[in-house]
Amino acid sequence: MPATVDSATPATVRVRFFARYAELVGRSEAAVSLSLPATVGDVVRRVREDFPGARALPERPLAAVNLKQAKLDARVQDGDEVALLPPIAGG
Amino acid sequence: MTYLTRDPLSVDRLVAEVASPTFGGTCIFLGTVRNGADEQGVAAIEYSAYEEMVEAEFGRLLADARGRWPEARIAVRHRLGTIPVGEASIAIAAAAPHRAQAFEACRYVIEEVKRRVPVWKKELRVDGSEIWVDPSGRPTTKPSHV
Repeated sequence: MPATVDSATPATVRVRFFARYAELVGRSEAAVSLSLPATVGDVVRRVREDFPGARALPERPLAAVNLKQAKLDARVQDGDEVALLPPIAGG
Repeated sequence: MTYLTRDPLSVDRLVAEVASPTFGGTCIFLGTVRNGADEQGVAAIEYSAYEEMVEAEFGRLLADARGRWPEARIAVRHRLGTIPVGEASIAIAAAAPHRAQAFEACRYVIEEVKRRVPVWKKELRVDGSEIWVDPSGRPTTKPSHV
């Protein structure tokens, strides 16, 4: 094993889909496994690859990690909850 | 604290939460389900939310408001589920020693809700169709399986 290669750390995040996105993907949540370090953007890419309906999701959706809005370059950790949020329309 | 309910909103209850004999102004905002000239044919709106995040975001939002208007007291509820035209989906009460703070705090909260709180709405139309509403208030996306 070459010493220059970092050993990838496996992680699983819970991904949640809401409103129109849940309809497009056909589910409200999924467990996504990936290697750390990884970002919210990596999670989005993986979701769009793994779930046929998810290809209709935007490449850069609004997202939240652990109940707080997060940018796509934010790091995720094992056990995080990553939510993909359609444009907010409350009130 | 829960900021969400599936029941009709009670303005009296919100006002009671913010009332104080030292306050001279209380401002109430109600957001109501509309069937206006732009919509035409809306029977109701179905509100859904990322409920755990809504609770967390309201907590942060109200903490921000307290930082800006330390003397004000603010209460807010957002209703979820199917809400008929004319009924309120959100109610905000802001009370303060003087009216300017009450108006400003109330306005701040509704504008921040529109920007930050993860709630979505689907128009249920009188013709039986259903349409997700985009943030500008105009429906743009028809679900494929209505």
